[in-house]
Amino acid sequence: MLAEVGHDGGAKVLAGGQSLIPILNMRLASPRHLVDVNGVAGLDELEVTADGVRVGALVRHARLEHDEDVYAASPLLRRVVRHVAHPVIRNRGTTVGSIAHADPAAEMPAVLALTGGSVEVASARGTREIPWHDFFVGPLETALEADELAVAVRFPLLGATTGTAFAERARRHGDYALAGVAAAVAVEDGVVGSARLSFVSVTEVPTVLDVTEAVRGAEAEAVDWTVVDDLVRDHLAPEDDIHATAAYRAMLATRLAQLTLSDAVTDSLAAQGHSAA
Amino acid sequence: MTEPVPEALLDVTVTVNDVPRHARVPARRLLSDFLRHDLGLTGTHVGCEHGVCGACTVLVDGAPARSCLMFAVTAQAHRVTTVEGLGTVEAMGPVQRAFTECHGLQCGFCTPGFVTTVSAWLEDHPDPTADEAREAISGNLCRCTGYQNIVRSVLRAAELRAEGVVPGGVVDAAPNRPVGGDGS
Repeated sequence: MLAEVGHDGGAKVLAGGQSLIPILNMRLASPRHLVDVNGVAGLDELEVTADGVRVGALVRHARLEHDEDVYAASPLLRRVVRHVAHPVIRNRGTTVGSIAHADPAAEMPAVLALTGGSVEVASARGTREIPWHDFFVGPLETALEADELAVAVRFPLLGATTGTAFAERARRHGDYALAGVAAAVAVEDGVVGSARLSFVSVTEVPTVLDVTEAVRGAEAEAVDWTVVDDLVRDHLAPEDDIHATAAYRAMLATRLAQLTLSDAVTDSLAAQGHSAA
Repeated sequence: MTEPVPEALLDVTVTVNDVPRHARVPARRLLSDFLRHDLGLTGTHVGCEHGVCGACTVLVDGAPARSCLMFAVTAQAHRVTTVEGLGTVEAMGPVQRAFTECHGLQCGFCTPGFVTTVSAWLEDHPDPTADEAREAISGNLCRCTGYQNIVRSVLRAAELRAEGVVPGGVVDAAPNRPVGGDGS
């Protein structure tokens, strides 16, 4: 179907529609064709495998949020998806759709980046898997070709010693975040093995900042996380808008980085303590 | 600018408040406009038309969704419940009665979205705290009340439900129950 109508440049795929339909309602886009994939069999699969969580294109945010197997395998997914808009929007909106929409202010693309995930893509020509760093090309722009459909995303598991955390700040609950940060810290024998960050609303496309060099070998519970401040600030490309200045967003993201890195250590230690008990 | 595509009309049948309802509409017809203009169910209100205000919230298979962010054609495979399906003036549902008792509305424009959202939420949270109630309604905007009495209404509705007050029936009532005030 996309092969038929995709090539005149005016086709959009409709799944949850919680980003696309507002854009249509505000007349910001007028695609010639909408291809509703809600009736396509098999796209609603949500699987937890030994190496990750695979989310089909019709899996609503709410289902990802409430699935206990997903939470047991990857608590980060529930922690983050709860920040996606309001529950009512999560009842319709899809995780794959949010990633394919590639809004720099969206949460789930940042998680795909932090976990080193990928997007499964299908077209009449065949299938391919696009790693996250090749998938996000620019704000609202991805490597998807006009005849291709994102059929699923894969969030790899981060390993038993890695703790995660997410935090964002918005003017009002449920609004687009002024800044958000996801952190993953591996703690082995009480010391930091690795530490990585990804960002919401302060980079043009999802990116991962590896701050391991600054903190490797440090005693995990005693790390002064302000040592990553400069790395974070240099990494960001925040913009001014009506809600906040670029400088404020940078300050906020830096503070959230400290907070989430510290929380990720706590998460790792709690998980390890729990599994040892 | 691309040339507009000639508008094709489609036969759309959606089960609304347990009754299959049919209309011949353009493919682009939003569920909110389908309910109001094609079916005459004007209880569902349309505020912002981009999913922010929550006034148009209906239940899709029992779960709240913005009817302005869904096409009528997409709703065909689903059961839609509007505020009219949650009770009548003579036999109000617990949430409607609570909003009346607690003065949970002033102009009433946002109320249908609150009633649908809260009705579904109480199914999963039968004994909420005031903080939880406030969180539950955070996706619905009201410009009159300041929310104080809406939070009270949510808590009162939980009490009424606990007392077994379900005169209008709630989300998953039996399919053969009478449907009140479908506006036609």
